[in-house]
Parts: sequence; C-alpha cells; structure tokens
Amino acid sequence: MLRPSTLALSIIGLLACAVLGILAFSGLLTAAHQPRLDANRELVTRLGLTDLALFTEARYTRHPSQADLHSALQDHPGAFDHFPSGALLAPPAHLTRLHSDTHEPVAGKTVSPD
Amino acid sequence: MSPWLEKQFHLIDFTLASLARRKTRNLGLLVVYTLLVFVLASLTLYSNALRSEAKHVLAGSPEVILQRMVAGRHDLIPPGYLDKIGRIRGVQKKEGRLWGYYYDPVLNANYTFMARPASEVADGMIMVGEALARERGLAKNNTISFRSYSGKLFTFEVAAVLSPDSELLSADLVLLSEDDFRRFFEYPDGHYTDIALSVANPQEVRNVAAKLTAALPDSRPILREEVQRTYQSVFDWREGILLTVLAGAILAFAILAWEKASGLSAEEKREIGILKAIGWETGDVIRMKVWEGLLISLTAFLGGFLAAYVHVFHFGAAVFAPVLKGWSVLYPKFALVPAVDGLQVATLFFFTVFPYTAAILVPIWRAAITDPDAVMR
Amino acid sequence: MIELLDIRKAFNQNRPNEYWALHGIDLAIEAGKVTAFRGPSGSGKTTLLTIVGCLSRPTSGRVRFKGEDISALPERFLTDIRRQSFGFVFQQFNLIKGLSALENVILPAFPTGRPRAELVARAGELFARLQLAHRAQARVEWLSGGEQQRVAIARALINDPEVIIADEPTANLDTALSMEFMAILEGFTAAGKTVLLTSHDPLVVESSAVHRVVGMRDGRLIGD
Repeated sequence: MLRPSTLALSIIGLLACAVLGILAFSGLLTAAHQPRLDANRELVTRLGLTDLALFTEARYTRHPSQADLHSALQDHPGAFDHFPSGALLAPPAHLTRLHSDTHEPVAGKTVSPD
Repeated sequence: MSPWLEKQFHLIDFTLASLARRKTRNLGLLVVYTLLVFVLASLTLYSNALRSEAKHVLAGSPEVILQRMVAGRHDLIPPGYLDKIGRIRGVQKKEGRLWGYYYDPVLNANYTFMARPASEVADGMIMVGEALARERGLAKNNTISFRSYSGKLFTFEVAAVLSPDSELLSADLVLLSEDDFRRFFEYPDGHYTDIALSVANPQEVRNVAAKLTAALPDSRPILREEVQRTYQSVFDWREGILLTVLAGAILAFAILAWEKASGLSAEEKREIGILKAIGWETGDVIRMKVWEGLLISLTAFLGGFLAAYVHVFHFGAAVFAPVLKGWSVLYPKFALVPAVDGLQVATLFFFTVFPYTAAILVPIWRAAITDPDAVMR
Repeated sequence: MIELLDIRKAFNQNRPNEYWALHGIDLAIEAGKVTAFRGPSGSGKTTLLTIVGCLSRPTSGRVRFKGEDISALPERFLTDIRRQSFGFVFQQFNLIKGLSALENVILPAFPTGRPRAELVARAGELFARLQLAHRAQARVEWLSGGEQQRVAIARALINDPEVIIADEPTANLDTALSMEFMAILEGFTAAGKTVLLTSHDPLVVESSAVHRVVGMRDGRLIGD
C-alpha cells in the first residue's frame, strides 16, 4: 500500500511540475498567438486605433487614453461613479501633463481646482 | 533512504494522519484556501495577459494624436488647423480623423463610428465589429438602419464583419465612408474629430508635442507612449477589484491566522505533550507542523494557480466577465496571450504560502517549548 | 544503574504558590530489577519518576544514568537519552486519539528515522507478544482499557529501551487485568529490563514480581 506521505508528495510534485512547465514553456505557448497579435497590430495601425474595446459603457472607459481633461475628475473621491469599470481604470497619467513649458497642469487629483 | 529523509516521511505520515482525523474541517480549509489563491491568481494572470496584449497591439497606434480642447472638453478641430501645424520637423504624415459615438436604443449599447477613406468603405456600406454583429444578428450583405441624432433614418449594407480575432479592439466599431459619416452626424465640412500625426523618430516625439502646444495652445497632444502607459496601469494592484479581493484575502488570512494562533485546543496541547514525553524533540514537533503548513499551502497554491490558468486562458476568465462587463452591452469575446510573469507568480507564492505556514507555527512554538512532564501531572 | 543524589524539586519557584515536591532524595536503583515507589498521592513519587525518566530536571541535585551525570544536559541530549533508554507507560495511557494502535506504537521511533517497514515489523512482534495482533488497525479509542494499556506498553517497547517507567499502571484496571499486567512485568525482568513504577495498589507492591518497594511521603523516602 502507498504511504500517505508518498501519495501527498507525489500529488504536490505533479502539480509543481505542471506549474513549472507553464512557467518554462510560457514563451512557446505565447508564440502560437503571435500571428493573431500581429494581425491586430496591423489593424490598429490601419485604423489608427488607440484603445481596447473592453468597456463600452462610457466615453472615458471606451477610450480612456482619449478622455478629455476633466474625465479624470469623474473619478474624484467625492464623485458618484455609476460604472464598476470606472474603478478599474486609473486616470490616465497624461491628463496631468500638457507637454508645454508655459502651462501648468490643470487636472489631477492633487492640483485640481475644486 | 537516509534516516533524515525517512524521518521527514514519518513526520509527513503523522501530520497527514492527524489532518485526516478532522477530515471535513481540513478539507474545507483546503478548498477555501485554494479558492482564495484561484481568485488572486486569476486576477494576476488576467491583468498581466491583458497588459502584455495591449502593449504589443497598441504599439501600432499613431505616435501623436492632437485634440482641441474647449472649456476643458474635447472639441472639433476647426478648418485650417491642419495647415496651421505647418511643417514641423520630424512629422511624416498628418491626417484629420473622424470618429464619434452612437447610442443604439435597440441594444442600449454605445457604438464607435469611424470614418474610413472611400477606397476602403464605399458610400452606403459599413464594416462592423464582431460583437456588434453578434448582438444585432448581422452578417455580410445584411442591411441595417440607424436613426441619426437629428432624427433621420440611414440604411447601410454590411460590407464585411471584422475578424473575430480582433474583437478586443473592434467589438463596437462601425466603419463607414467619410461622406456617410459627415451626413449621418451632420458633421460640419472641414472639421475633424482630432488629428493623427506620425513621427518617424521616437526621440522626436516629445519635441513635436512641445511644438504642437506652442503652435496651437488650445490643443492637447496625446503620445503613443501615454496611450500604452494607460493600459499598463489597468488592473494595477491599487485598482478596485484587486484592492477589494486583496482586502478580502488579507482579512481571510487574518481570521485564519487568529483562529490558528488562539485556537490551539487543549487536545492539541496534550498531544504535543505526549509526543515530547515519548521522545520527540521540540524541533521534531515544529518540523511536523511545518510539513502540515507546507502540505496545505503548497497544495492550495499549486492547485489554485493551475485552476486559475485554465480559467483565464481556456475559459476566458468567465468568473470575472460579469464584473468586467459592468454596464456595457457589447462585451468582446477574446482569447488572451498566455503570458505568465514569473515575478508575479513568486509574489503570489510568497503572500499565500508564507503567512499560512507562519500562522501555524507561532502557536505551536509556544506549545512545543512546554515541559514534557506536563502529561504526568 | 541510576543514582539520585540529594534531588530536590520545586514547582512555581520564587512565586507565591511555590511548592517543594521533593526534599532531598538519595537513591540507587539496580539494573534488571523491578522497583516500586509506594506512597499516598502528593508524596512526590510521580515527580521523582519524571526526573529519573528525563522528562524534567531537578531543581537541585544530580541524576546519574549508567555513571553519567545527565541532570545538566541540554534538552536535545536529554530527549535522545529518553527516547533510547526509557519507555513510558502512563496512568492515562496517553495514546493519541484518532490514530490506529499500530500508528500509536511506532510513534516514538519516528525521530530516529528508522525505515517504516522495520518499525511495522517490530510493532507486529510486540503485538503478537501482547496478544493484540487482531487489534493493530483499530483506532485506539475503540479499544478496551486493558487493550489500551497493552498498546501503551507496546509503544514503550518500540525503541527497545533498557528502563521501563510505569506511573500507576493498574489504577485504571480491574483485578484480572492487573494480574495480567504483573505477568507482563515478569516478562520484562526475564528480558533483563529495569522497571520503575509507582503504585499504592497492594496487588502490585506485594506481588512477587516486584523486587524492591520504596516508600515515600511528603517528598521524602521512608525506608524500604
């Protein structure tokens, strides 16, 4: 009869091999997706897309990178947020910067004119 | 087998026999623990895969997008802006883009309309994303009518449905000709939604952005690296779901640890006394308990991680879908790249296996250093 | 074989409830004999056994085992000696509930790292000798009192110790079972083992199997 310890260690060993296998062959498994990824990148280039169509319920979740300056303020701690996905998206970093030496940042939680 | 190894096997045998005595309780614990790892690992794998997918795919998006702002809101690019940009060094190509949102009351869903050159989409034709086609039951050569914001009805013929492989990017897209776009939205001639610029040299991008803000102070450039960064921080550990789950997990661990730390029963203390009296060292008792902690936490970690891997990459993270879907009607179906980050796995391992083993050890240490003659008193 | 020199033992030392269980015990115990400690409860006989069996250390005084002073050894060495040289049969038997008789018996040998097959074989011999072979796989809480004691005895013998220590071995047994235990005791003597036990059961202390009776009262010896 198999000893409990042998059985338990075998199970753990098998599971560990599976996990290590996933880690080791992660590159190989990813490679199978390469054609799809490349086709998608081509689509992005052709259409000039900027965002994932993951959350389609509101402008600032459909195109978070294109949201206008005050979209970030909709995530203000005091704001009502209707959509759960709003909680998944941090305000895009560039909303707090303007690429100009003459303009101070106007949005962003710490410097917002409340 | 060396005596050391044999001894470890003995200790494991004993700890398993002890666990088997309270089968329901310990199996229940293992199941809850595995579930915890499963949820945490699913989130980690899912967000990591989504990030690496976005990173690769969005590398193809325009280098700079120029938006015009009016009163802090995104506004139309008036005629002449394209010329005002003039010739900025390093800019290879500049083109006005036309896109916007359309709310479809049939599905209660938002679509993204995007104008394409006539060479791609002819007047009266549209190309639609797979998720939209699925929800509206559209196929190639079907016709569909949209009532525009001004109340007029427009009928289009579906020229093509975009590849299902691109759903993560194109789920809600409606591509139509520029003329149709302007007619449908009554978009003033010469105006654009924004301007896309291509910059050949990545080092030039920031200079170009600075020159753009100087030339057009009411506009705002959005760089590709910023677009990408937006997606690198999606599902960051600070974000809602992760924080909620993490808080739950930490609480669960705290309860578990507290239960373990304070819940060493008189029965267990007596058993430790017996083991010590019949010749076990304090170290043997602790080693036995370390094995208990390792067996449970390793099984939970490995099992939970494997289940999460299958869940995320073979079942499309079905458990999270309702949450991620939120209020949106159109939800893309997509397979993620099975990208696994070793560091994340290691972090998860540390935060799940270590606290449990430690929680088991602390009270045992206290009990195991008591005198063995306690059993005779 | 075992020498005790001026052994004193205090519990809760330097606290208001300080209590001296032993007040200077000098005793030499012969090898291969059965020695019984007799005395009322609270006389310190159990405490003395824990000191002899390396379960606890005296507050002062020396314990010599086979000529070696063991009272000052660190815990690890003390545990080694206890495991190799002493087998214990406790008054409450102290078996681990939920495990089979066999698992209980081989438990003291786990830290030695002897192969399991060898341990199971050795336990089998002991079970056969104690007429317990048919109960080897039964959980200990399903066994009768007498059977439990024989499991406890088998457990005490698994590491083949030189000294058997039994604390009130017949306290939980009826007359017939007590007689049986005394028979097993004679077997130990025949096998050359030293036995130390505590009892105030006349059946034990007046038995011919016991070679020497040491009386105790209030933590002191009161003559043979």
